[in-house]
Amino acid sequence: MLAIELVIQGIVQGAIYALIALGLVLVYGLLRILHVAHAALYTLGAYIGVIIVNHGGHIIVATAVAMVAVGFVGVGVYRFAYKPLLDKPPLIALIASIGMFIAAEEIYRIIFGAYGMSFEQPPLQQQIELFKGFHLSTARISVVFLSILFIGVLGWLAASTRTGIAWRATVSDAGMAASFGVNIEKVRYINFFIGSALAALAGVMVALLNNLVEPTMGAVPAYKALAIIVLGGLGSVRGTLVASIALGIIESFGTIYLGHVMDRDAIAFTFLIIVLMIRPQGLLTRR
Amino acid sequence: MSYEIAVLTSMSIAILFALSLNLITGFCGQVSLGHAAFYGIGAYVAAMLTKVGLALPIALIPAAVMAGVVGILVGIASLRVRHDFLAITTMGVGFLFVGIVRKQDALGGEIGISGIPSVAFGRPGLLLLALICMVLFILLSIYIRRSWLGFAFESISDDEDTARTFGIDVSKFKLLAFVVGTAGAGIAGGLYAHHIRFIGPDSFGFVESVTVLAMVIVGGIGSIAGVAVAAAALSTLPLWLQFVDDYKLLIYGSLIFITMRFAPTGIAGIVRTLWQKRQAK
Repeated sequence: MLAIELVIQGIVQGAIYALIALGLVLVYGLLRILHVAHAALYTLGAYIGVIIVNHGGHIIVATAVAMVAVGFVGVGVYRFAYKPLLDKPPLIALIASIGMFIAAEEIYRIIFGAYGMSFEQPPLQQQIELFKGFHLSTARISVVFLSILFIGVLGWLAASTRTGIAWRATVSDAGMAASFGVNIEKVRYINFFIGSALAALAGVMVALLNNLVEPTMGAVPAYKALAIIVLGGLGSVRGTLVASIALGIIESFGTIYLGHVMDRDAIAFTFLIIVLMIRPQGLLTRR
Repeated sequence: MSYEIAVLTSMSIAILFALSLNLITGFCGQVSLGHAAFYGIGAYVAAMLTKVGLALPIALIPAAVMAGVVGILVGIASLRVRHDFLAITTMGVGFLFVGIVRKQDALGGEIGISGIPSVAFGRPGLLLLALICMVLFILLSIYIRRSWLGFAFESISDDEDTARTFGIDVSKFKLLAFVVGTAGAGIAGGLYAHHIRFIGPDSFGFVESVTVLAMVIVGGIGSIAGVAVAAAALSTLPLWLQFVDDYKLLIYGSLIFITMRFAPTGIAGIVRTLWQKRQAK
């Protein structure tokens, strides 16, 4: 029984990781940048969501607004921070990104206060009985449902639309794609928009689950999402999804059975290091 | 006078710490996002030993050895992974260190270790020790830079595969860079523990790792003088601008970002460019 509960908890957590990590892996696939500041966008999304709901907006409206607004912020981040760094070594962009992320956390602290924010009346908290004696809140179910929905839509977009084909072409060979008439800049803008919007969605979902939004809430997901995309093999969307769910489940078991030796984050990174030592190319990718 | 001594002590510890990372990241080109872990190992080892009565200068040796041994392990890991993968692996090592220390009662758990004894001759004695360690490490850095070793490091930093083609034992030199760099961080950590006289897991987290990386980058990756200047300036920045303390992280973050965005070669690069312009006139 405990095992089933732990697996379900792990899947919920993994679904959130997947939403965050997906944006990161989109950016990495296209630009080879480890976009740490992605988690700052996730925090921003959470704040926008909570503020709109607390001002009387419906949770669906709040989520939509957060996703669109953060999507545009993400495009801005690309335009003003990453674009000028594209011809520099990737380390430069990584460190710039960490700097941006630290600064963003502080800006949130100064604007929204250090103690965080909660929903005045948290939505989606009713408990639903999944099977005998096992309850799950609507928020948790929506997290898993929305993750599957958005990841599905994204998969469909990439597979069957012109924009998706342009995106895949740019990922595999930007120069070649450009010479075939793909507007690479446009693809990058769309890429950042979608990735950042997904991060905002994850932010609102986490705000619902914990009923707390803090300036530092992005810190752990920022580094863990990096671990996930590395586990997934850097650039592989399927690998990222598998790694997200795997990490969610491993963490939920690990905190029960290894909690006295190391904390949750250490468990995640132990898993990362072990996997990288055995398969330096990531979980699913072939060399 | 004691204020100045305290400032100078933290400055020389910061310089030592930053130069130890410079050896790995600057000279040898191996990014480390978990360098604070070795600082932490040194701090914990030295603090535990002086608490049972050992003198600090002697306790620094096991601190350096312990940090260096763990450094070898991370170095071995660095042989398996490269570039972005390495950055994330070392970041993982940092989180692992904090996560494990947090749960060990023997190491004080969340609360950490307090009541670390002061060293012989008090504050001036510690300053002297820190200065000696710093100067020795600067000399070591200069020596390495000028020697065949520095040349090998640079070739690995530039292009690992080419270096291998030319018969340079890449694995050996990478491990060497990690050992020397992490041992240096261990010494810096031991000094830090006796400077602050209180350590806890949060003193050695990711922010510390980024802070020291910021010193290396703002100074100019690989430049000994640049990194030393940046370490001295950044470590004392909060003291100069008292009002900045609350915004310390904001300033750090912005500084890292702005340096990367507009001057990726850091202080050393700016100075070099200015110098070349003057020469050209």
